[in-house]
Amino acid sequence: MSEYIIKNGHVFDPTQGIKGDKKDIAVKDGKIVDKVGSSAKVIDASGKTVMAGALEVHAHVAGPKVNAGRWYRPEDKHFDSHKTAGITRIEGGKSIPTVFKTGYEYARLGFTFAMEAAMPPLYARHVHEEIHDTPIIDEAALPVFGNNWFILEYLKNHEVENTAAYIAWILRQTKGYGVKCVNPGGTEAWAWGLNCLTIHDPVPYFEITPAEIIKGLIEANEYLGLPHSMHLHQNDLGNPGNYKTTIDSLKLAEGIKATNNFGREQVLHSTHLQFHAYKGTNWGDFESGAKEVMDYVNKQKNLTIDTGNVTLDETTTMTADGPFEHHLHGLNHLKWFNVDVELETAAGIVPFIYDPNNAVFASQWAVGLEIALYAKDPMRCFITTDHPNAGPFTRYPRVYSWLMSKKVRDERLNSFKKADKVISATNLANMDREITLYELAAMTRAGPAKCLGLSKDYGGLKAGMNADIAIYNINPDKFPSTGPEIEKAFAQVAYLFKSGKICVEGGKVVDMGHKETFWVDAKVPENKQVMHDIKEKFLRYYSINENNYPVPESYAPHQHIISVDASQ
Amino acid sequence: MAEKKITLNMITCRTIQQGVGMEAGKTSQKYFDACTIMHMHTDDMKRLGLMKNTNVKVTSSVGSVIVKAVETREDLVPGLAHIPMGPWANRIVPAYTFSTGEPCFKGFPVDVEIAASERIMGAVEVLQDACGLIRK
Amino acid sequence: MPKEVTDVICPFCGTLCDDLIVSVSDDNKTILGVKNACAIGAEKFNHQRQPGRVKLPRMRQADGSYKEISYDEAIDWTAKMLVKSRKTLMYGWASTSCQAMSIGHEIAEKVGGIVDNCATVCHGSSLIAIEDVGVPSCTLGEVKNRADRVIFWGCNPAHAHPRHMSRYSIFPRGFFTVKGHKGRKIYCVDCRYTDTAKCADEFIQVQQGFDYELLDAFRTAARGEALPDTVGGVPKEKIYEIVEDLKQARFGVIFFGMGLTHTMGRNHNIDIAINLTRDMNDHTKFAIMAMRGHWNVTGSGQVLGWQYGFPYAVDLSRRDQARHQTGETTSVDLLNRNEVEACFYIATDPGAHFPVNAMISSSRKPTVTIDPHINCTTEISDIHIPVALVGVEVGGCAYRMDNVPIETRKVVDPPEGVLTDEELLTRINKRVDELMAKGGQ
Repeated sequence: MSEYIIKNGHVFDPTQGIKGDKKDIAVKDGKIVDKVGSSAKVIDASGKTVMAGALEVHAHVAGPKVNAGRWYRPEDKHFDSHKTAGITRIEGGKSIPTVFKTGYEYARLGFTFAMEAAMPPLYARHVHEEIHDTPIIDEAALPVFGNNWFILEYLKNHEVENTAAYIAWILRQTKGYGVKCVNPGGTEAWAWGLNCLTIHDPVPYFEITPAEIIKGLIEANEYLGLPHSMHLHQNDLGNPGNYKTTIDSLKLAEGIKATNNFGREQVLHSTHLQFHAYKGTNWGDFESGAKEVMDYVNKQKNLTIDTGNVTLDETTTMTADGPFEHHLHGLNHLKWFNVDVELETAAGIVPFIYDPNNAVFASQWAVGLEIALYAKDPMRCFITTDHPNAGPFTRYPRVYSWLMSKKVRDERLNSFKKADKVISATNLANMDREITLYELAAMTRAGPAKCLGLSKDYGGLKAGMNADIAIYNINPDKFPSTGPEIEKAFAQVAYLFKSGKICVEGGKVVDMGHKETFWVDAKVPENKQVMHDIKEKFLRYYSINENNYPVPESYAPHQHIISVDASQ
Repeated sequence: MAEKKITLNMITCRTIQQGVGMEAGKTSQKYFDACTIMHMHTDDMKRLGLMKNTNVKVTSSVGSVIVKAVETREDLVPGLAHIPMGPWANRIVPAYTFSTGEPCFKGFPVDVEIAASERIMGAVEVLQDACGLIRK
Repeated sequence: MPKEVTDVICPFCGTLCDDLIVSVSDDNKTILGVKNACAIGAEKFNHQRQPGRVKLPRMRQADGSYKEISYDEAIDWTAKMLVKSRKTLMYGWASTSCQAMSIGHEIAEKVGGIVDNCATVCHGSSLIAIEDVGVPSCTLGEVKNRADRVIFWGCNPAHAHPRHMSRYSIFPRGFFTVKGHKGRKIYCVDCRYTDTAKCADEFIQVQQGFDYELLDAFRTAARGEALPDTVGGVPKEKIYEIVEDLKQARFGVIFFGMGLTHTMGRNHNIDIAINLTRDMNDHTKFAIMAMRGHWNVTGSGQVLGWQYGFPYAVDLSRRDQARHQTGETTSVDLLNRNEVEACFYIATDPGAHFPVNAMISSSRKPTVTIDPHINCTTEISDIHIPVALVGVEVGGCAYRMDNVPIETRKVVDPPEGVLTDEELLTRINKRVDELMAKGGQ
């Protein structure tokens, strides 16, 4: 396998505390090594920024609701379906890219890993078919548990061991990575047209509360010692005043210590926090709750979050928070897609136009930036757009420009049609902080890798780690000063190394690499009760047979399996 | 006094016998038996002076096909006729889609006349004949 | 000793029953019997052992007869046809696996094909409507476990999805529906009293072609507004009565089929049915589901969706862009207007199911048809290439009518020497590459 020496680049690596020093990075046989021979190919990185490949910690990129979004939005391909010369396939879709475009675009941005945020277990085969067809980047998927009938019944009786055994079984059946929890209890209520808006609203029939579900899933996750923590989309998303429910939910993690062999320190990852950080009582007196929420997050070392930044685009919202989507459809009257999934979850989709002329949407934009700017520990706060909910992931460079330059974001803030209203409803105007390249590396590489339990081999440039490396045309000594220049610098890497192979060069895809599907195989003690319950539910309630439920091996030809032994 | 020709509203649909016939093979007897029939309401058969299980000539804006008129198991209303989907039904289905991609499979006018002595073509034959591919 | 293969998925209709038990001869070559299948599924599996399987490609001769040729010759002819043609209709796909479709799409992108599937003459209207207004839906297990009002509108599952009613929609005893049939009220709306109507609690006879008006009347009634005395032949009192009953549902579901997609109004019929369902969600929980016909037409839509962004009628003929516009890129229209230079049919029989004028146009183009059996289309094609029966002789992923993916199984070996779709398409793809490299394209 090839040897490379990346010479003279400005290296930003929080795993080693390197803050822009010029350093050579040596690559051999897919790994970063201490040194290579003289025949190694030289990559001249002088005047460039070198970081590990970025990790997307939460995006909707593969699966049934993503594809439903593609189906029902032919207009999303309008003006945005094309093929570039070279080895790439036709690329399409602005807010919901096709799988080819998803892989290429993430790679062009310097990403080498993406986590599909929500996988309904019944549809796992679909998720893996899409992951299989997505080129270059490694991927994993999080099965959803927060509205699953098994989970609701076990946690009602606080049966953490049974919960853990069932989770382990699902991870194996679906080749899943961890525990995702969306709108706990509320999405089961949605199957009757209802919802759970606070953590104490009981789920119809099952009579368990979101609080019990959240706590129980955190405990089960730690019982198993999974590489990632429980990953939570809180109740009451998107509503003014929801910051209280958010803090109530986060408080459930207090006092719980992370148990795992992967270096993970958090027990709860709270996702797209922007949507959950609103004060006020209605859209008229809507205000940013980012400070209140981040004050809490900053104090609690066992939490990680991702931002969910609004990008002010026409985009598509899609989430397992089914009742929220119905509610959103009632607000903007754009076409609504919904599917309730037996025993497991639901999903909803509604297109959304974050018009900058609208004071509420502009304030949401500010809230998202505040979340990142208030974060004291960049290793615990990651940058996302909850793609495509708050905006397409292809807008990351724009988000970086707002975070890294007060001038650029103030330009945007002051030019809003309702700027006065936005400034008075939020804190952003008074915030001077500018995220540095080093902090960015923490928020997009080292932090997400650690949060996902991958810090041994990913998210950094230490010898021994996987050679996933992004080289940007950014000279830290001459950091670009305008928004468009910052965006351009981050939009197309000079080089992307994926497992030691150059896959993108000069922004152009030159190799499809050898992507892997990551999943977690957790061993638990034999649990006859859970196996009986599974058999029973498949016989009586599911619409497919138990033997047809697992994802066949052929769907993931290259698997990266992380083994966990919780069998004591 | 029986009419020489009556006009009916035609629909073409799946039947279970057509489905079974299809799986037996497009050139099978089962398929032929399932698809070369036209379900008619008894009132319409009376108007035409038609005995059940007699061949009829069915003509639409596209052309004509010979099928066997049968009494339906699934009730029709007078004026409505049904030929199960297949090459015989499609011999007369108008291809116009109204820019939807979907032809007029259900709900188009047809004239029906008795054609007791005319032969029903085979599945392949009825298509090849329309395409001008049968060498005489 | 014969053996039994369990959990077999039936490759016929969109119900995608996955509980079939097939007995197979010891040498893996013959299906001896099948349990749990409906009449159509049983015929499919039992037909496997009939003699007379086509084992080699067949080429049409000048005198109209067919002569056997080798796979290599057929592949070469096909690749040449594809490379030469600037715009090839590549239609069908609904009865093969997702894995095979993926390879087919690679070919289409290279040679400039239009990839269309059977939805184009089936639920295409529904897909257009979904593109316009979205759709509130659910999985079939939700119907089984929760639904207490079920409406079959313009569909006849007794004939087209025979086990649907017993597996999902009328009879099953689910978690919240322990009374089964007795706990559900079943409505059937159709222009004729079908065998499905016989299973319903109430049959509503609508005048053929007036479904749009009747659906509109349901919406109007749901809003408590005035109606004319009859709509589509249905008295207004009945309409108000039914809507009031539907509002009492805990979970209602509308299943619909060709009675809406094929009749006057096409996509507008589904559009308004979806809007009715959406309106009902203001009162209670309601879902709507298309009764997809083929066992994997949904799968073709899914693969086209994630690879190109559209569910069917995907025009790749410019090779640098994917385009989709019903009426322009849909198969029947392309054939009607004579806009393709060659035809490539796989896992389908448009000769039996397209209107004849479209097929007359098709028969004048160089045509290759890929199918396990002789059918109408093969007999007007230049080449017929036989392949293994997917879901019987080779496995592969399929998507049910509610988009749930299920991997079908291989139950017996294909006849000696017969390729699978995946193997055949891979070889065609390779030959296309060779020809294009030579031709410098």
